[in-house]
Amino acid sequence: MSPAEPEFAPDYADTAPSDQHGGGHETAESVWSYLIGLGLATLLTIVSFFIARTTLVWQPSIPVALGVLAIAQMGVHLVFFLNITTGPDNVNNVMALAFGVLIVLLIIVGSLWIMSHMNHNMIPMDQIMQMQR
Amino acid sequence: MSAFQGTAGRDGPDRFGHERGAQGRRHATEHAARELADKYIIVGYGFWIFLLSDIVMFSAFFASYAVLVGNTAGGPSGRDLFHLPNVALETACLLLSSFTCGLASIGARTSSGLWFYGAMTATFLLGAAFLGIEIHEFADMTAHGAGPARSAFLSAFFTLVGCHGLHVSAGLLWLLTMMAQVYAKGYRADILRRVLCFSLFWHTLDIIWVGLFTVVYLMGVWQ
Repeated sequence: MSPAEPEFAPDYADTAPSDQHGGGHETAESVWSYLIGLGLATLLTIVSFFIARTTLVWQPSIPVALGVLAIAQMGVHLVFFLNITTGPDNVNNVMALAFGVLIVLLIIVGSLWIMSHMNHNMIPMDQIMQMQR
Repeated sequence: MSAFQGTAGRDGPDRFGHERGAQGRRHATEHAARELADKYIIVGYGFWIFLLSDIVMFSAFFASYAVLVGNTAGGPSGRDLFHLPNVALETACLLLSSFTCGLASIGARTSSGLWFYGAMTATFLLGAAFLGIEIHEFADMTAHGAGPARSAFLSAFFTLVGCHGLHVSAGLLWLLTMMAQVYAKGYRADILRRVLCFSLFWHTLDIIWVGLFTVVYLMGVWQ
């Protein structure tokens, strides 16, 4: 809602990303949202940095744990800082985000998949060197 | 919006039939404008789509980094180069700056000068500290023979992290521009839309940094 807007905000109205809605307690609610986000993000970051160096857990599980923590922290940022929620007023923002995530996954997973196959099928480097002689 | 809120605000569509002529037509167009979404929302949505396209561009850099991370050409790997305390400090700077940027956008929405300027200054200082640490790290690596030309791994590293650094630099310039615009023009609706776009941009940079410190630094040290 822009400040110039009168009290005409039906439930189905759109909101912009990072937009807050509520009545007179808007400011306090926003500050709380950012504080909760900051707290959760700090917690997840500390756990990430701790888990990267720890020897307490089974080592091959660490990249998976780091990935899960990173995705969780991105979710915290989206919900508490950008205010992308699943509410009815946020459908357009969420649909755009879902499409973005689809493209990102296609690019990253597709590249890694194809390139690992190509690496696997390539002649070892020393043999290429011999062929060039 | 403010131009017609007094006339079309509370009367509702049922009044149209009773008012003939230019007055009624003006009400009709105003009502049509209200049926469309608020300009603030449209601008935010459009900028959100731009940011998603920026994230897609970063995903290509992430993919090339992940493909090339093992190709060190006999040179140093991430394990030899990355210094985690520095990265933790950078992360803290960027996370706190994202928080203060949120406070600044609240300050702008409530037209509170102290909040807006104070939080924007804090955001600038934290962002500049982040950038300083990053430039120092890059200079240190290049001085020790681990510049972008050393190996495919380092080329991909400097492209990915450097691109994020460039975004932060652009964001800092934009931040100063926004402070100057609010100072010169006040909390006008169009200025508030620009502040919204800036805060979205800054929060998104922090989201990309989360992926970056996880994939590049933490996994690089772990390997």
